[in-house]
Amino acid sequence: MKYIVPIYFGREGCCFFLHARCLAVIRYSRYLIMLSRYDIQTTVSSSFRSSVIAIFSSLEPNHDNTAGMSSTEDIIMAIPRELTQNPLRKIWMPCKNGLPEKHISQKRVCMTNCPTLIVTVGLPARGKTYISKKLTRYLNWIGVPTKEFNVGEYRRECVKTYKSFEFFCPDNEEGLKIRKQCALTALNDVRQYLSVEGGQVAVFDATNTTRERRSTIMRFVDQNGYKVFFVESLCEDPKVIAENIVQVKLGSPDYIDCNTEEAIQDFMKRINCYENSYQPLDENLDRELSYIKIMDVGQRYLVNRVLDHIQSRIVYYLMNIHITPRSIYLCRHGESDLNIRGCIGGDSGLSTRGKEFAQCLGQFIQDQNIKDLKVWTSQMKRTIQTAEALGVPYEQWKALNEIDAGVCEEMMYEEIQEHYPLEFALRDQDKYRYRYPKGESYEDLVQRLEPVIMELERQENVLVICHQAVMRCLLAYFLDKSAEELPYLKCPLHTVLKLTPVAYGCKVESIYLKVEAVNTHRDKPENVDISRLAEEALLTVPAHY
Amino acid sequence: MERRKKAVMRKRTRGESTASVPQFTNSPTMIVMVGLPARGKTYISKKLTRYLNWIGVPTKVFNVGQYRRDAVQTYKNYEFFRPDNKDAMKIRKACALAALKDVCCYFTQDHGQVAVFDATNTTRDRRELILSFAKDNGYKVFFVESLCDDPEIIAENITQVKLSSPDYINCDKEEAVADFLKRIDCYKITYVPLDDEKDRHLSYIKIFNVGSRYLVNQVQDHIQSRIVYYLMNIHVTPRTIYLCRHGESELNLVGRIGGDSGLSTQGIKFAAALGSYIRGQCIPDLKIWTSHMRRTIQTAEAIGVPYEQWKALNEIDAGVCEELTYEEIQDHFQEEFALRDQDKYRYRYPKGESYEDLVQRLEPVIMELERQENVLVICHQAVMRCLLAYFLDKSADELPYLKCPLHTVLKLTPVAYGCKVESIFLNVEAVNTHRERPTNVDVDRDPEDALLTVPEHN
Repeated sequence: MKYIVPIYFGREGCCFFLHARCLAVIRYSRYLIMLSRYDIQTTVSSSFRSSVIAIFSSLEPNHDNTAGMSSTEDIIMAIPRELTQNPLRKIWMPCKNGLPEKHISQKRVCMTNCPTLIVTVGLPARGKTYISKKLTRYLNWIGVPTKEFNVGEYRRECVKTYKSFEFFCPDNEEGLKIRKQCALTALNDVRQYLSVEGGQVAVFDATNTTRERRSTIMRFVDQNGYKVFFVESLCEDPKVIAENIVQVKLGSPDYIDCNTEEAIQDFMKRINCYENSYQPLDENLDRELSYIKIMDVGQRYLVNRVLDHIQSRIVYYLMNIHITPRSIYLCRHGESDLNIRGCIGGDSGLSTRGKEFAQCLGQFIQDQNIKDLKVWTSQMKRTIQTAEALGVPYEQWKALNEIDAGVCEEMMYEEIQEHYPLEFALRDQDKYRYRYPKGESYEDLVQRLEPVIMELERQENVLVICHQAVMRCLLAYFLDKSAEELPYLKCPLHTVLKLTPVAYGCKVESIYLKVEAVNTHRDKPENVDISRLAEEALLTVPAHY
Repeated sequence: MERRKKAVMRKRTRGESTASVPQFTNSPTMIVMVGLPARGKTYISKKLTRYLNWIGVPTKVFNVGQYRRDAVQTYKNYEFFRPDNKDAMKIRKACALAALKDVCCYFTQDHGQVAVFDATNTTRDRRELILSFAKDNGYKVFFVESLCDDPEIIAENITQVKLSSPDYINCDKEEAVADFLKRIDCYKITYVPLDDEKDRHLSYIKIFNVGSRYLVNQVQDHIQSRIVYYLMNIHVTPRTIYLCRHGESELNLVGRIGGDSGLSTQGIKFAAALGSYIRGQCIPDLKIWTSHMRRTIQTAEAIGVPYEQWKALNEIDAGVCEELTYEEIQDHFQEEFALRDQDKYRYRYPKGESYEDLVQRLEPVIMELERQENVLVICHQAVMRCLLAYFLDKSADELPYLKCPLHTVLKLTPVAYGCKVESIFLNVEAVNTHRERPTNVDVDRDPEDALLTVPEHN
C-alpha cells in the first residue's frame, strides 16, 4: 500500500486508474474516492445504494512489470460492504441495493459443513432408540435440524402384523429380503432429508450388527458426500436388558396382543437371532471409522476419530446422559412486585403472595421427600428469595437469568406498544428469533442455557427455580417442543412442573400450589402487522394492576 | 460492600460459591498422569492446569521430575533411571512422597481444588500408593494415561521439550537423544498400563496416539466430565491464532465505553490494512470470527472472506454505564467506579457483566479455538484480554489490565509448553483505550484521583 491513485467515477460505468502496482475497479457512480497511502476518504451520497467495489490491494506485478489487473474474483476480495441490521434478529449483515445479502455469517457457529449420518449399532434392547430419540431432541433444541429414521418402524409399515421372533431368524430368506428393503427405503428417506429438505443430521436407528450392513451404509454415505458417525451400545447386564424390555418393548405395537410373559420370551429369542451374526465395531478393522462405543450404559466409552465440532458435541452429550431414575422439578420464582404491575424483566423482590408461594413450595418439597435434591436459582432477587424460603442450600446460575429485554426492561406491554410499536409487532411475527434492542432473543436464551441442560443431564434430582422465558426453553427441551411452540408454552406462576423420564420421553405432572398470582402469559395476537392498531396489539395482554 | 451486587449478600452462609458458576466438585480432585517419558504428560498437565485455572477452578501442577532435579542437583545419565538402581529408586520414591505432601498442603492450606500429579506412574505399586494417599485424605482420583507408539511423534517430543531440559544442558543433540531413548527403555520394562479388567473401578481416560482414540472409564462428576471434554478437543497440529480488536470506532474516539457504533475513518483504514496483512500472511484455511457488533463485522468485511459471527464474542456489557465516558461514570456512579477499581475482575456493572462472567461466556469460544487450526478472532478489549489471559496463563488479577491496544494484531503460536506471542502494529493511528488502575481506589476519593489514568479522548 504505497501508491497514490486518484480515481474518478463516471455514472454507470467502470473507470479506473492504474498506477504502478495498484489496482482499483469501480462499478457505480456518485462515489468519489481519493486514495493516497492509507488515506481513504469516501463521500457517499445519501441515496447511494448500489454496491461499490473498490480495492486497495498490494497485488503482485506481472512479469513484465506492468500493473497487474487481476480477475474480477480477486478484486472482489477487499470490499467493505455496507452493513444493515436485520430488524428482527438485530444481526448485522452485508447488504446490496439496500437488501441483505446471503452470507455465511448469518449462521451461528458452523457445526458441520456437510450433513452427518449417525448410525446406531447394537443388539436389540441396548438403548439404541432411546439414544436416537434423545440425541435428536437435543440437537434440534440447540438448533441443528435433525431427524431419526427407525428401520423397525419401516418394517412395521411393510409387514402389517408381527407374528413371532421367527421373522428375525437369520435363515428366514423372506424376512431378510423385507428387512433389507426397509433399510434401503429408510436410507432413501435419509437422502431426501439431508440433501433436499435441508436437514443437517440424520440418525439411522437400526441394529446394523453386521459388517455387511455397515458397508452398505458407508457406500451410501460416500455416494452422497455425507459424514458418518457410529454409536454402538454394548451391554451384557441382564438386569438392564430386562428393564429395557419392560419399559419399551412390552408396549411396542409388535406385542400389542401378547401378555407380558409371552412377549418377554419372544423378545429374548429375537435377540438370540441377532447374536450369532453380531460383529461389533472392531478396534483394528474399523480403526479409520469415527465412532463411540458405549459400554454398560455409560460406565465406559471408547471414542475413535472424532472429525468435527458436531461429532465432538454429540460425544460430550452422550457421555453426560444417564438412565438412573430421577425427577426434575421446574418452577418460576414467586409472584414479584413487577409481575403485579404487568412489567417485564427487572430485578424486583417477591410480592406478599409470592412470599406465600415460597413457603408453600418449601412445604411441597419437604412432603415430596426427595433424595439428595439439588436446588438451582438464577442470580435475580426473586428466584433467590424463593429458594431462601426452602431452607436448604442452593446454587446460583447466571445462565438462568430471565431473558434480557434490553430497552424494554421494566416496561408494561402498553408502554412497549407506545414507545416501540414496530418492535412489538416484529416480536409477534417471530417470537423465537426476535431479539430485543440491546437485549436477547429466545434463540440466544437456548444457547445460554445449553450448559444448564448439560448439567441437568448429569444430575439426578433437581429443582430449578427460574423465570418464564427460561422455563419455556427448558421445558421445550424436555418435551421436544419446536421453536414455534416454545415461546408460547404455558408456564404460569406458582405452578411446579414435575418431569419424570419414562420410556422414550418425559412424564409431566403439573402441581398448582394454590396461591393466587397474576397471569403473565400473553398469547400471539391475530394481527401481527406492523401497521396494526394499538388495541389489536394489546388484545392478548393479561390483566394486571 | 456491594462489590458483586445484592444477590451475593443474600447468598446462604458457608461453603456457598459466590461465583457466577456453580460448584464443580465437593472434594478436591487429583489428576494423575500415567505414561512413558515423551508421551506428552507434562504438555497435557500444563495445558489442563491453564484451562482449569482460567475457568475458575484453582489448579496446580506437581511435576515429580522437578522435585528430582531439586534433590539430585546434577543429572549424569540414564542409569539413574535403571530399575535396579536401588539408591536412585529411594530418591525417586522420596520425591514422589514429597510431591504428595505438597499436594496435601495445596488442598488444605491454599484452597486448591485440583492437583495434577505429573509423573510416569507406570507401575501398579506407584498407583496404589497414590490411591491410598487419596483415599486417606478424601480426595477423588482421575487418571490420564497417554499411550503412543508412533516413533515420529516421540522423536518430535524429544526435540521440542527434552533437548532443552535442564537435564541435558551440557549435552549435544545426539548424546541427549541417545540418552533419553535409553531412559525410556528403563521404564518400558516395568510399565503396566491401566488395565481394562483390573482397573475397571478406577476413573480414567486413556489417550491413544495423540487423540485419534480415547477410552473413558467411570467419570464420577462434573469436573471430570469437563476435563474429558477438554482433553478430547485439544490437538497438537501446528497452527496460529490471530487476535485483534475491531478498528477504532466512533465511540472510541469520544472516549465512550460499550455501545454498537461503526468504525471511524482511522478504523476503516485499519480494516483495509488488516485485510492486506492477512492476505500477506498466506494462511491456509483461515477461519475468521467476529462478534455480533457492528464494529467487528465492519472490520471483517474489509478482508473479503467469509466470517462467522459469535454472540459470545460481544464486548462486556457495561449495563447502566453503556456509552458513558469515564468522567460521566465518575459523576453519576462514583461508588461503582471505585468498586470496579478495587476488584476489576469480579466487579459486575449494574445490570451488566463482570470479567468473571465474560470468561464463562467465552468458554465455548476457547473450546472451539482448541478444536480449530488457523483462526483470526476480531473482537473487543475486554474479550481480547480474557482470551489472551487463557493463552498466556495470566491470573485473574492481571487479566483486566492486559494491554490490548487498537490496531494491533497479536499472533499466537503454540510452542513447547506455552505460546509464542508476536505483536504487530498495523501502522494506523488510533486512540488509546487502556485505563490503568489508579493509586487511590477508595470509595470517597476525589474525582481527580479517580480520573487520573483515563486515556485521552475527544
